[in-house]
Amino acid sequence: MKITIEITYLIASVLFILGIKYLGSPKTARKGNLFAAIGMFLAIAATLFDQQVLTFEWIIIGALIGSVTGLVMAYKTPMTGMPQMVGLLNGFGGGASILVALSEYFKKNPNYPVNAGLPFDLPIDQGIAIILSILIGGVTFTGSMIAFGKLQGIVTGKVVKYPLQHTMNALLFLGVIAAGVYVVMFPEMINIVLIISVVSLILGILLVLPIGGADMPVAISLLNSYSGLAGSMTGFVLGNNVLIIAGALVGASGIILTMIMCKGMNRSLMNVVLGGWANAGSTSATSSTTSPKGDVKSIDSEELAMLLDSVSSVIIVPGYGMAVGQAQHAVRDLMTVLEKKGIKVRFAIHPVAGRMPGHMNVLLAEAQVPYDKLYAMEDINDDFNNTDVVIVIGANDVVNPAARHDESSPIFGMPILNVDYAKTVIINKRSMNAGYAGIDNELFFYPNALMYFGDSKEAMTKLVNEIKNL
Amino acid sequence: MEEYFFLMHVYVFALAIFVGFELITKVPPTLHTPLMSGSNAISGITIVGAILSAGLEQFTISTILGLIAVAFAMINVIGGFLVTDRMLKMFKKK
Repeated sequence: MKITIEITYLIASVLFILGIKYLGSPKTARKGNLFAAIGMFLAIAATLFDQQVLTFEWIIIGALIGSVTGLVMAYKTPMTGMPQMVGLLNGFGGGASILVALSEYFKKNPNYPVNAGLPFDLPIDQGIAIILSILIGGVTFTGSMIAFGKLQGIVTGKVVKYPLQHTMNALLFLGVIAAGVYVVMFPEMINIVLIISVVSLILGILLVLPIGGADMPVAISLLNSYSGLAGSMTGFVLGNNVLIIAGALVGASGIILTMIMCKGMNRSLMNVVLGGWANAGSTSATSSTTSPKGDVKSIDSEELAMLLDSVSSVIIVPGYGMAVGQAQHAVRDLMTVLEKKGIKVRFAIHPVAGRMPGHMNVLLAEAQVPYDKLYAMEDINDDFNNTDVVIVIGANDVVNPAARHDESSPIFGMPILNVDYAKTVIINKRSMNAGYAGIDNELFFYPNALMYFGDSKEAMTKLVNEIKNL
Repeated sequence: MEEYFFLMHVYVFALAIFVGFELITKVPPTLHTPLMSGSNAISGITIVGAILSAGLEQFTISTILGLIAVAFAMINVIGGFLVTDRMLKMFKKK
């Protein structure tokens, strides 16, 4: 029996590896997801035959609650709510890890009924794994809940600063490590294990709270990585390779996404994790005196429709504003009417546009925009020069030319979409408010820039109707 | 041999990290979100540990923790795989 279980775990591990591999290409992605799901099914089925598993009612109750919740979440969450959902899922993974680690710890305790009277036995390696599992799982759980809260608007999306932020976090972290070493040496200290758990949970809150809304793509992918590592640690606790392998794959994928997101902002991971653009507040105060003030020209839907009537190429640049306004379907309609006129329409996607990796791609896919019309920054940035009109919808910092030349700007050095190189740039925004970095966007004052004010969905719908009426 | 078990697990972990890096390095931006939600579902593998705790013969504190862990991990597994499939179904070439 045991050997059959082990072989099944091996097959599951291989299916996870193949699944992740196939998830990397649009043609095979669905197959990859299915492979991984079959792997999971096999792993769960094998575990049910483990000789440790003797009662099934609690497993069935837990599985029912989890399955129904997961099912409802998967089908009821609108695509605009995807960042929150992914955030929440990360958290449940971490939560499961800390719970399993604590459960395994209690199994080793002499007071635990089954072990009563037996000599205490917590091997050092398992002790270390349990502590790390509690730490990473705990941080992932509460950190993801805060990330979810920020994305859902329950917790402020702003950069939160509190006194002695870094000192306090460093002390708490070192405290957990020190207490962990103590528990490994004296495993009977239940209270210390509980304190470690609570501090880990607090640490998750404190680490994610300072991270601002626009840095969420980094935070979400980092937490994704943590949820995998937590799973690996649980694997060390149980001495089970399938958990170690699956967790490591997820950990690696999360780290790679994190690095892509950091590169998209030209910032180090440390800089993001420590919270916000280093001096956003003070720098913007000084740079606003040097930033170009002058007249912004605005355009209404009728004039814009006429302008678009005579062009041959358009690039649409979506940002978080499109997600907030749920304008993806209106944007698709705009694409359709423009294409009917024989205009070449493409989309330029900045790597950190939105609130999670690939956020814009998912929204536009929902609106049935074919994915081969979506271009990554490096693939389209040289084409703005010979493009007639660029339409920026709810994006700000990622199109701010100050990032290229203004060394005093907090976003200096961040790779941006070169929308200002196009003949005309239309910027759809609700107001002249500054973007996330809290700085003015000099693009709005450029001679080739025209502001098209209004809520993204309303503005696009109006524009589509004007074009149809021409 | 017994004392090398832990080391063997560290081996597996190290190699799996490298496999992960090799597999994922070239993922197009279009698939970033599905990769995240799909890998998320895979991290629900913690369900194995949760089942081992919730299925113990005697009802103890470990059973309660295991029960909650089963629910959490199952949300991850079911929610993750289904939402990924729902997303991937939308991705179409023209």
